[in-house]
Amino acid sequence: MTSAIPKTVIIIAGALFFCSLPWAADYFGEQYLISLFTRILIYSLAAVSLDLLIGYGGLISLGHAAFVGIGAYVTAIFFHHSFVAEPIAGIVAGSDNALLVWPLAIIISAAFALIIGSLSLRTSGMHFIMITLAFAQMLYYFAVGLEKYGGDDGLSLYSRNQLVGMDLNNDVHFYFVCLFFLTLFLFISHRLVKSRFGLVLRGAASSSRRIKALGIPERRYKLVCFVIGGAGAGLAGALLANQTEYVSPGLLHWTLSGELMVMVLLGGLGSLFGPVLGATAYLLLEETLAMYTEHWMVYFGPILIMVVLFAKRGLFGFLTQKE
Amino acid sequence: MILFIEQLLNGLQLGITLFLMSAGLTLVFGIMQVINLAHGSFYMIGAYVGATVTVFTGSFVLGVMAALAAAGITGMAVEILVLRQLYDRDHLDQVLATFGLIFFFNEMTRIIWGKQPLFMDMPVWLKGSIELLPGLVYPIYRLAVIVVGMSVALLLWYLFSRTRLGMQIRAGASNRDMIGALGVNIKLLYTLVFGLGTLLAGLAGVMAGPIFAVESGMGESILILTFVVIVIGGIGSVRGAVVGALMVGLVDTLGRAFLPSLFRTFLSSSYADSVGASLASMSIYILMAAVLIWKPRGLFPSYN
Repeated sequence: MTSAIPKTVIIIAGALFFCSLPWAADYFGEQYLISLFTRILIYSLAAVSLDLLIGYGGLISLGHAAFVGIGAYVTAIFFHHSFVAEPIAGIVAGSDNALLVWPLAIIISAAFALIIGSLSLRTSGMHFIMITLAFAQMLYYFAVGLEKYGGDDGLSLYSRNQLVGMDLNNDVHFYFVCLFFLTLFLFISHRLVKSRFGLVLRGAASSSRRIKALGIPERRYKLVCFVIGGAGAGLAGALLANQTEYVSPGLLHWTLSGELMVMVLLGGLGSLFGPVLGATAYLLLEETLAMYTEHWMVYFGPILIMVVLFAKRGLFGFLTQKE
Repeated sequence: MILFIEQLLNGLQLGITLFLMSAGLTLVFGIMQVINLAHGSFYMIGAYVGATVTVFTGSFVLGVMAALAAAGITGMAVEILVLRQLYDRDHLDQVLATFGLIFFFNEMTRIIWGKQPLFMDMPVWLKGSIELLPGLVYPIYRLAVIVVGMSVALLLWYLFSRTRLGMQIRAGASNRDMIGALGVNIKLLYTLVFGLGTLLAGLAGVMAGPIFAVESGMGESILILTFVVIVIGGIGSVRGAVVGALMVGLVDTLGRAFLPSLFRTFLSSSYADSVGASLASMSIYILMAAVLIWKPRGLFPSYN
């Protein structure tokens, strides 16, 4: 077997790569790379937040897109109301200030995660997978029914949010904002899973009976994990709405939840940095296959099955080869 | 009143379709402990093959038979090639691998049949309507769907509770090691159960063909409804699937038909329509959440 590459080397190499990407794109004159990699950063953020749930909490949620969608819709609705200068529901003024709207997107996503999580965590196993899926679909149909905000067609933002000292409409500025948030979320998650909280979570995931016997209220820990994951996804949603300057119910659709799950597994479950690798590989593979054939999914499906069957530990596990 | 009965029948018909989908899936969940997202793909295969053979031969019966065969055989092939490797894996792997299967099947139908939806004609002898009650005219085809579905439900009941195969299936659901030790070929049994499930999904698909458009991805919308049915009914319980399917079919259909007008009695009409419509499409999910809060393992929890 090939010799293992230390984790820190991979992480530093990744950090250097992402930091230098805008200059590289500029040098090679491939400006579209910046927006492609911005998308990769945002999906990475969402995938890392899902990895917290699946990889550490053992919570296989197939409804994670709901929180991405909520974050995106909060951003878009506030923008829309500030654009047409009409208060939301006649009470709250709209806003396009990132410092106001993004925290709101995070808080509202987290609030939804709290409600959905506290209901879903009454169940476990297969039931949990299906009930999270059903809640996400419920919100999807809710978004389709939002005629005021475009319904099925979605809602366009005419510009990105305002952020003090930055010009988010500048792609390079926006790229670094996304990179900053991904790094921040990775740092927080890393601290979290190394803490006592993370230990309890992993314990509950591997043997919930033992954790209960130790007198620890595991459901509360899992719920907090679910809420933090939802908050991270909400932030990813807010960024995604800004990047594409457009939101649609598609952001809440269960196929996005499935894709995020694929990214997590492709990169390596329960490794935090793995999902970044997974999201990068997934989106680059999609981009490359789509270049050659319109029917890229016919190849992608079997590749995915192969990865599941034979490469359990994902790309990150393959590179670090702990065993 | 007439309108209400008509909608009731529509709800019954949706419920029957959902039952055909969920009976197979709940067995696969319950017996093999496998979560299969690709079940909707067999519904789609049934519809496509049924539509194509019907157009080609001009016979609806042949179309149905081809659809059943195609869905059943593809199902057994998928079981042998992919799912068999997944029985001992955790649910996450099963979700992802079957998600990959969806990608493959959806795109495959797009390659074979193109992007345009197919339209399937009803057979002449099922066209037209019949007057059930004075003033209540109902399409024969939809009645036929209800009748077929109910016969299948009876047949399944007979299969499970009165035959040797059914006994083995039930035994496999409660203790798979023991039935293996008693000399039953458990691998073959699993393949057969999976094939039966996909065959039923194919039947649901081909019967839905003349009512809805046959298109790539048609399996996914009904798959989610099927999940709701199974969660309500209790994973692994065929009886639960019957009750859950009828509940979901009725709530969804009646909600769509009557909620907007209900809201119109106390809201302005345009607002009522949009609130009513979006609440109607959420109604089954609300129903599911309510059931789960009341009974986290569904209405008819199975033993294991």
